[in-house]
Amino acid sequence: MLDVMIKGALGQSQFDIKFTAKPGVTALFGPSGAGKTTVANAIAGLWRPAEGRIAFGAEVWFDSALGVWVPPHKRKLGYVFQDARLFPHLSVAQNLRYGGAHDWERLITLLDLTPLLDRKPAHLSGGQKQRVALARALMRAPDVVVMDEPLASLDAPRKAEILPYLSRLRDISGVPIIYISHAMAEVAELATDLVLIDQGHVRDAGPLNAVLTNPANLPLLGPRDRGAVLHAEVTKHDKTAGLTELTFAGGTLRLPGQVGRLQQMLSLHIPAQDVILAHDVPQAMSALNALPARVVSLSQLQSGSVIVSLEVGETQILSQITQHSANALKLDEGQSLFAIIKATAMGASRV
Amino acid sequence: MSLLSPELWGPELWGIVTLSLQVALVGMLAALPFAVAMGYVLARKRFWGWHIVNGLVHLPLVMPPVITGYLLLVLFGRQGVIGGALYDVFGITLAFRWTGAALAAGIMAFPLMVRAIRLGIEAVDPGLEAAAATLGARPVRVFCTVTLPLVLPSLIAAAILGFAKALGEFGATITFVAAIPGETQTIPSAIYAMLQVPDQETGITVLVVLSIVFAFGALIVSEWLAMRVVKGQGR
Repeated sequence: MLDVMIKGALGQSQFDIKFTAKPGVTALFGPSGAGKTTVANAIAGLWRPAEGRIAFGAEVWFDSALGVWVPPHKRKLGYVFQDARLFPHLSVAQNLRYGGAHDWERLITLLDLTPLLDRKPAHLSGGQKQRVALARALMRAPDVVVMDEPLASLDAPRKAEILPYLSRLRDISGVPIIYISHAMAEVAELATDLVLIDQGHVRDAGPLNAVLTNPANLPLLGPRDRGAVLHAEVTKHDKTAGLTELTFAGGTLRLPGQVGRLQQMLSLHIPAQDVILAHDVPQAMSALNALPARVVSLSQLQSGSVIVSLEVGETQILSQITQHSANALKLDEGQSLFAIIKATAMGASRV
Repeated sequence: MSLLSPELWGPELWGIVTLSLQVALVGMLAALPFAVAMGYVLARKRFWGWHIVNGLVHLPLVMPPVITGYLLLVLFGRQGVIGGALYDVFGITLAFRWTGAALAAGIMAFPLMVRAIRLGIEAVDPGLEAAAATLGARPVRVFCTVTLPLVLPSLIAAAILGFAKALGEFGATITFVAAIPGETQTIPSAIYAMLQVPDQETGITVLVVLSIVFAFGALIVSEWLAMRVVKGQGR
């Protein structure tokens, strides 16, 4: 458990941050300039806030009231920077050993680094650099891992190359991972908990889907970020139809193409814009997924649209519709209807 | 007299050349650690009085060398504040000794060396040093394993530049330690002395040619070393 409480000013920005990170991935999500990196730097000991307390379990790293300040090199922390920050004059192997060679064999294998060991960072691609940076941070055997937009500088194929490693790391490491991002797709894929940060303040914190579907948070999220995340298991690959069937607590979804491995758990971000509501299931329809749902609440957005919170089985999802449609459907809390999800939209948001 | 006549290459001329090299090398090497420390402080720290420190460092570069030499004499002479203490405590005398010449040469070379090192350190991404700290390296290790290797080309440039400057130092040296043959007479002051008497053209020519060779050689060596360092680091 990592407890973080920070108050202070850096330049023009004021900070008032408080959250707790459990084992698993705690995503710090917010727009660029919200102060996420500053929070990461405070956790790592690279920035000293005026006030606050940062503690890993019983180990206090910073406590302004007690005058405790542990310098960065004495915190058992692995920091993966957005720009990798490999030492240019050292080989990959020397970079990896810089902080320790804990779990060498397993990390080298997990991140496919064997062919890179003798190379200099200048001869690595962006994705390779980030894999080395990740392994280097982990070879310290850290108690806490901080990743600051580790994928932001990469193109989509490279992101797709590294994300599975991060998921595996989350599942096997058992340490708190602070994952900073402004990309909802990555957050949906990796996070167990979400801390919404805006202008140096925590707006909401808690389990990923609870924070995402909390109507109060909707104005803080971009139009494509509004939505829900559901966890589904790959149950069938239908090769003739070219579809993948996924089962979640609430029904079955079908996605185009072959997605994941059988029995693999996937996190799917379903943007509210891609969920259509209907009283009946249309007979002829191009969308593949029509799920029975119950209206939980309605929230108005400033743009004149309405966000409908829905329960599909035990899972909460969101739908964004126009005020006009909400009136036409005569939506009301507790009402039963069908949520129609375009499979292509979902497939696209799956990283 | 021909340039190769054994008479000309007698102990006197050799003495001047070796003493000059010794003074320049010792002066530069003694100044180097201070130049590295000062370059680091000026590049990485911001504090009240930064501009004053920076100005003081550059003073020998912009002041008339004679003034620097005079100040050295006042401070490091037998009656000077520092010179007196050095003599009383350690029995060390700098004025009118070759060690004093090295001190003058080192101080005159200091601003150039600090400048080269400071620019080199400023070019090192502080993010790399932060990364090293998060990997458990204490500040001394960060400096030795990250900062220093990355500024090595600048360090070499600073050393060569400092050596060349020290080799050519005249005004401060002659004011502080005079030009005592065999003790403090370096190439520039020897050339100056030879110019005062007739028929010394050959000796002057030899010293001038050697000076040019040393200066040029230093530049070539520094370029070559810097290239090797960068190549060796694979950057």
